[in-house]
This record gives sequence, structure tokens and C-alpha cells, in this order.
Amino acid sequence: MKGNEALAEAAIRAGLQGYFGYPITPQSEVIEYLAREEPKHDYVFIQAESELAAINMIYGAAGAGARVMTTTSSPGFTLMQEGISYIACGELPCVLVNVVRGGPGLGTVQPSQGDYFQAVKGGGHGDYNLIVLGPNSVQEMVDFTVLAFKLADKYLTPVLLLADGAIGQMMEKVVLPSRMEYRPDKPWATTGKTPDRERNILTTLFIESEEMEKRNLMLQKKYTDIKDNEVRFEEYRTDDAEIIVTAFGLCSRIAKKTIDIGRDAGIKLGLFRPITLWPFPYDQLENIASRDHVKFFISLEMNAGQMVEDVRLAVCGKKPVHFYGRMGGIVPTPDEVFEKIKQHRDEGDLG
Amino acid sequence: MREGYELIYERPKTLTSTRMSFCPGCFHSTVHKLLMELVQEMDIQDKIVGVCPVGCSVFSYKYLDIDMQEAAHGRAAAVCTGIKRMLPDRIVFSYQGDGDLAAIGLAETLHACNRGENFTFIFINNGIYGMTGGQMAPTTLEGQKTSTSPYGRDPSTAGMPLKMAEMVSQFDRVAYVERVSCDTPAHTRKTKKALKNAFEYQMLGLGTTFIEVASNCPSGWKCTPEESLDWVKDKMFPYFPLGVFKKPERS
Repeated sequence: MKGNEALAEAAIRAGLQGYFGYPITPQSEVIEYLAREEPKHDYVFIQAESELAAINMIYGAAGAGARVMTTTSSPGFTLMQEGISYIACGELPCVLVNVVRGGPGLGTVQPSQGDYFQAVKGGGHGDYNLIVLGPNSVQEMVDFTVLAFKLADKYLTPVLLLADGAIGQMMEKVVLPSRMEYRPDKPWATTGKTPDRERNILTTLFIESEEMEKRNLMLQKKYTDIKDNEVRFEEYRTDDAEIIVTAFGLCSRIAKKTIDIGRDAGIKLGLFRPITLWPFPYDQLENIASRDHVKFFISLEMNAGQMVEDVRLAVCGKKPVHFYGRMGGIVPTPDEVFEKIKQHRDEGDLG
Repeated sequence: MREGYELIYERPKTLTSTRMSFCPGCFHSTVHKLLMELVQEMDIQDKIVGVCPVGCSVFSYKYLDIDMQEAAHGRAAAVCTGIKRMLPDRIVFSYQGDGDLAAIGLAETLHACNRGENFTFIFINNGIYGMTGGQMAPTTLEGQKTSTSPYGRDPSTAGMPLKMAEMVSQFDRVAYVERVSCDTPAHTRKTKKALKNAFEYQMLGLGTTFIEVASNCPSGWKCTPEESLDWVKDKMFPYFPLGVFKKPERS
């Protein structure tokens, strides 16, 4: 299946109740799939008039207690930032998908990782975080969609799949999940005030500073819980590696190939791949940086160097951290990455 | 009840006892009361969900004893769409001012109307940004002075005031549009009737219902409540005439 279609099917199987979206390349297969499949299922499908409207429909529908999702690509994700800030503050569970394309501006429809900062450092106003998952295969588009719905319900928070145009468009074999029946109680939802309870109010307005700080502290406590429990990452051939490539999403697949090429040439390469981009696996990466055999890091990204800032924070000066990236929708090849690594190695960065 | 007295009027039980932050003489408090009287009389407290966005209605959830969501500025129609589509058997309404519904949220408003979203807009049109301190609104009258049109609204730069009731009545899937006011007891009673009609049509699933209240803002207009009633009658009604612009065919 195509990545975008597999994601859409996974959402249906995860018990999707409401989808609100707007077409944009390279994400449109998701909205098209869900439009096509709607008569066979019992979810609500609405093509909104804009991403701004779509995210606010998500706010309303999530607040009404429904399991909801929206999908978009970079310029559309920018438009959604207003609503995402409200959803995070209002603690409403939902799944967001950004099939990233090259930017800034209208950019290109080719794959990119240029929205890393926007995804993990905020994007909207105020202190909030999204749980951000970075799939690198069609299978992970499926698995992470199901996981995203579970995490959203568990932590009452928006969860983002940060994919890219290549993962969305590529076709691979995929194992689809069985239908997820689990539906948590949502006693906070606005479903009509019954005599047995106080009215439910979903608001992000806390006009008294003390109340606003209280809400912030509550959110930060939740984010600490998430950091403590939900960090996910993958290591590949790092046991004796001297050079660690850090990469997420599509780049982690390119990096794997690079590492095999390097190993064949007798250079000990390894991959560290953050799966949760937020919370970022700082401790795990710091641990690797402390190993004696590790000489330097290189972060491979399809942007001008975004995740590398988190890699540097984690490595914390223990070892040199380099960066290699392509932009504008260009996907680096394993060979060019390997050449870059050899350059750093030959320049004496092995210490 | 004291002996010899008869209770003939009281606050509806669906209106909380929280002191309202609305200015003296403002129609907001009147419409809030009418709305909650209806919720009580129609016995729909467990079926109704309201959306209040940014503007003077930003604190409505404090006064209305019903489930409510606070929306971002201008997005109430999208939020209502989300709620109503997931809970089609509930009565859903937005309670919006002119800046919210007709400026920053115009796209959401018109597209919800075009889809015939089966919820009720309650549109408080007082021709000014009340909460923000008296700036020009999309419905500020030609020549009307505000803090951002200090020489009077000039249509050559600011356009003409938007006639929302007239505009949304053009949509096929909008079922009911009425402009009402609360400047006299008779008009206030009509407002309550219009709101009741809107909820009843919504319960029948007839499409979008839209009640515009030609409203006042003594603070923003810098006049007394009494003077504001004259302004509503003499200045607003000629441009924003009261009446039914669209109603469902009798069946």
C-alpha cells in the first residue's frame, strides 16, 4: 500500500470517528481514501474550507468526545498552529499528521524534514509540546497511527506523525492491525449537562495569572510524565561504532544503507534514530556519546540542520557533532552521505 | 416566599448566580437570560452545547449552566461543526459578536452556512469591538466614529457594513434567518421566540439557523444605555432592518 493510504486505513481500524481535512500535496491520498471509504464505515468525513477550519473542527469534535484526526502538509500545518495551541492547552486528544514537503513558503511538493523545529519546538503560541512520532516506512505509518491514538487518549494531548512526502507516497508491503475496540471514558466531554454532574467547560482562557500558571504547571507535569515514559528510539550497529549517524524518518533508512556501505569498507558506522522526536531521547544519546569508542556524530537531515541542535544538546560537547543535509526536496543518497563521513574522518575528527 | 407575595418572575435556574461582567444596559445580558429561560422551558439542558469565542461573550460559560466550549477568535462555526457532526442529536449553538463572526471568522461562518450545518448562530451585532475597547467592526455604520475610525467609517477605505442576515439567507441550506433586537419589551419577546424557533428547526434537522440581534454597546458607543436605545432604533434599524429573511416552508 501507499504510505498515505495505509495511514488512512490504519486510522479507520483504530476506531476513527471524525476526520476533518483539506487537500494538499503530498498528503491528498489520505483525505481521498477516507472520502472513498466513508460509506462503508461509521466515521464522519468533512472536507473543510481550510486547514484553519479543519483544526478547529477537530477541537470541537475532540471536545465532544470523539476519536478524531486531521492530516496535512507543511503550509497547511502552519495554518493549523493556532488551533493546535488551543487543543494542547485544552487537553484534547487527537491525531495530527504532517506529510512534510520542502519549504519555506509555498516550496516544493518533494519530501523534506524542514518542519522539525515547528513540530518539536512548538509552532503555535505558548508553552506546549506535541508528542511527535517520526515514521520511516509504510509499516510505521500504520503502527504509529494506532500508537498515536492510544497516546492521545492516555495523555489527553495532540499527537503528531511527522512523515514526509516520500514516506507518504512510497508503496510497501504492510501488515494492517485488527480493529481497535478500546474507547476510554471521557467524562469531561461537552455532550450536554446531565443532572448528575456539573457543567463541562472546555476553555483555554485563564484570565487570572495564577490560574494560567496553574494550567501551565499541570501541562508541564504531564510533559514530564511523557518524557519519563514514552521516549522511543532505535539503534543500528552502534555496539562498537566509532562514528554515529543520527537521523529520523526517511533519512534513517538512507543512513542504514550508508552504515552498511561503511562497514563493508571497514569503517565502523552506527545509527541512532530517534523515533519520538518529542520527547527526544537525550539520555540515550548522551549515553552513547560517553562510550570511548565513539569518535564523532553526524546528523543527517533533509533540512538546513534542525535536529542536530537536539543532538548537540544531548552529546553536550562530549564528542564533535557534524551535520549533513539537503534541502528543497532533494533526498541525499547513501553514497554522498558516506563521502561526507569520510571527509570528516580524514580531517582528523577521530580525535 | 413572604406571606401575601406571589412569585411572578425569577432568574432561570439554568443561569448561574455569577455576577455578569457585561456593562449596564448591554443587550448581552438580556440575550443570555432569554437563552437560559428557553433552555429551562424547553427542558434541553442535557441536550444543548454552546460555543463562545473571543469578544464580550468570552466569559459566557461562567453564566450559562450548560456544557460549553471556548473557541479561538472567529472559529466558532468550525468548532460547532465539529461538535454537531459528532453529536447530531444535540442542540448546538454559537454565540458570536460581529468581529468574530463577520471579520476574522467570515470564512468559517459562510462555509458552515453553505454546508447547511445544523446548528444555530446567535449573532450579536453591535457594530463595534466591545471587549477590545471600541474599535471599528465589520458592521460599524457608515460615518460611525470608533477608536480606529476616529473620523467616522469611510467606505472608500473600510468598505460598507456587512449585512450578515441578508447575506446568509442567500444560501440554499440555511433554513431560518431572522434579525431581532432587544430595545423594547416587544422586540425582546420576539427575540426569545426567534431563538426558540431556531432551536426547534435545528431539532427537526432543517439546516442552519441564524439569529442576528441588532444590539447595543453603551460603553463602546460612549453614550448612556438610554441613548444607546435611540441609536439602535434611529441608526441601526434603517440599515439593519428587523424581520424574517428566510424561514422553512410550512409542511
